[in-house]
Amino acid sequence: MIIVSADDPSMHSSQNEQDSRFFGKFAMIPMLEPTNQQEAYDMIHYGFTLSEEFKTPVLLRITTRLAHSRTGIVRSKCREQNKLGLPSDVRQFILLPANARVRFKNLLSLQPLFEEKAYLSEFNQFTDGEDRSLGIIACGVAQNYVMENLIDAGLKYPVLKISQYPVPRKLIDKLTSICKTILVFEDGYPFIEEQLGGFINHGHSIKGRLSGDIPRDGELNPNVVSKALGLPAKQLMTTPGIVVNRPPQLCKGCSHIDTYLALNEAKAKYSAGRVFSDIGCYTLGALPPFNSINTCVDMGASITMAKGAADAGLVPAIAVIGDSTFTHSGMTGLLDIIAENSPVTVIISDNETTGMTGGQPSMATSKLEKICLGLGVEPEHLKVIVPLKKNHDENVLLMARELEYNGVSVIISQRECIQTAARKNRSK
Amino acid sequence: MKIDIILAGVGGQGILSIAAAIGQAALINNLNIKQSEVHGMSQRGGAVMSHLRISSDSIASDLIPFGNADMILSVEPMESLRYLDYLSESGWVVTNTKPFENIGNYPDYENLISTIRHLNKRIFIDAEQIAHEVGSLKASNMVMLGAALPYLKLSPKSIEDGIRIIFGSKGEQVVDLNLRAMKMGWDYALTSQ
Repeated sequence: MIIVSADDPSMHSSQNEQDSRFFGKFAMIPMLEPTNQQEAYDMIHYGFTLSEEFKTPVLLRITTRLAHSRTGIVRSKCREQNKLGLPSDVRQFILLPANARVRFKNLLSLQPLFEEKAYLSEFNQFTDGEDRSLGIIACGVAQNYVMENLIDAGLKYPVLKISQYPVPRKLIDKLTSICKTILVFEDGYPFIEEQLGGFINHGHSIKGRLSGDIPRDGELNPNVVSKALGLPAKQLMTTPGIVVNRPPQLCKGCSHIDTYLALNEAKAKYSAGRVFSDIGCYTLGALPPFNSINTCVDMGASITMAKGAADAGLVPAIAVIGDSTFTHSGMTGLLDIIAENSPVTVIISDNETTGMTGGQPSMATSKLEKICLGLGVEPEHLKVIVPLKKNHDENVLLMARELEYNGVSVIISQRECIQTAARKNRSK
Repeated sequence: MKIDIILAGVGGQGILSIAAAIGQAALINNLNIKQSEVHGMSQRGGAVMSHLRISSDSIASDLIPFGNADMILSVEPMESLRYLDYLSESGWVVTNTKPFENIGNYPDYENLISTIRHLNKRIFIDAEQIAHEVGSLKASNMVMLGAALPYLKLSPKSIEDGIRIIFGSKGEQVVDLNLRAMKMGWDYALTSQ
């Protein structure tokens, strides 16, 4: 079993930089961090073998650049699928304490073997260099930026490339035995840099994100690495002042627009800061000209945060959630507010698709009303509206009425995403 | 042989199709390519850019270092200036002149064009106008691709094949339209040199 997790340093479209390698260490499983597309491909083959050899999940960790890039690769022969069969120990997943203790001891006993595998792995490479005034450790894609700079500047520092974990002590020793100053490049948190302190204590100087030689946040790139290596900047120009920001926007004619315009008017008489929203295209309602929503944390947080606010006395509290986010993780929150009849108005902005990721089917399509009624929403407070300009006044009135209701209301604001609608029209 | 290109535009304008066509052409020529981009939340309306690196040798970084790009190819004039940090001393800015004004504070057009004109190496092309002549405004991205070709050192045949591959599933008519748009952009760049 291979678990792939793509981290997003610089948070191009994420809420945090969270480095999944800490979760791999937490779970005490082997981890792979490909440097490039070919390695990512090869590591899947290798990772399955590794997983089957030790009967352990393997974490494959990538970051934004590898997730959003393409190149040619050399394919290898497709492996036959394994025959289906029960595990030799059929009790291994009954994690009652007696079994769990056995499993954990087994996991502990595998740790030295995982490290030995990483030490011998062809994905981890130590390359010696003539100039030992600096030793470099580079993880995953960081290796590319390091090589780009070293080759370009003709520098010959020893480089230890780490792409398989747990961190192999013996490889670290190889580098630290010849270099007194170690510079660590990692895309994400200072995972190895933190561990180095425990590995070496012979007056080494460890540089990286913790020491401030590399910014503590943000994705690595050739320029950040160049600066940390003390190379001169090659940048000749900067963006002229005439260039202004162009944030992403809701499409012209988008149903979320009409939903927000109606909501803004309906809630105008209340104080600000009561609209809890979620993750989807409609999160853009946080930006001008709408400024309609006040939160976006994680999938499903709209309804649960609105409940918290309502419980604390912020009434009415409003939740805005998309249709596919609702079926992903909004339904349990709705059940919760129904159970306690919390004064929350839930607006499900239903565009009948998963818009933000490109228009995949939404599991909620044509089922939303049934789901809400099934969870226990009172039929008289379950409303379906069509967000169109011509219905604006009527929609404002309906929203205003439900906001005044001291209990659970659900308003399904339903109109198909204009992108998927246009695509359907074209293919007709 | 090594070319670094920054593709710039607004989400929905088709810069990823340009990247895909050039990428396919490079693969046909047995060249190494690396192409990467980030499109943040939501697909449309925001500034988008893509790094495209083509080389006969292996390529280390997916990202182009500052001061290294041989070309900034932009399908929108203001976006052609956003990534000047990447442009090399000998690099060209090839830009569409037609603004995409979806923000309230879009800069004064005359000032914008004159800022671009101050760059040493720049080529202006009215891609919309040419795409209109070809028969579809949507093909203006391929006009821009064509306009960049004289500087890309890739064979015309391989770019044509690249376009056939990426638009093939949309039918012969779409392929033909995009091929004509690319060729007209190319002719324009050759005659305006």
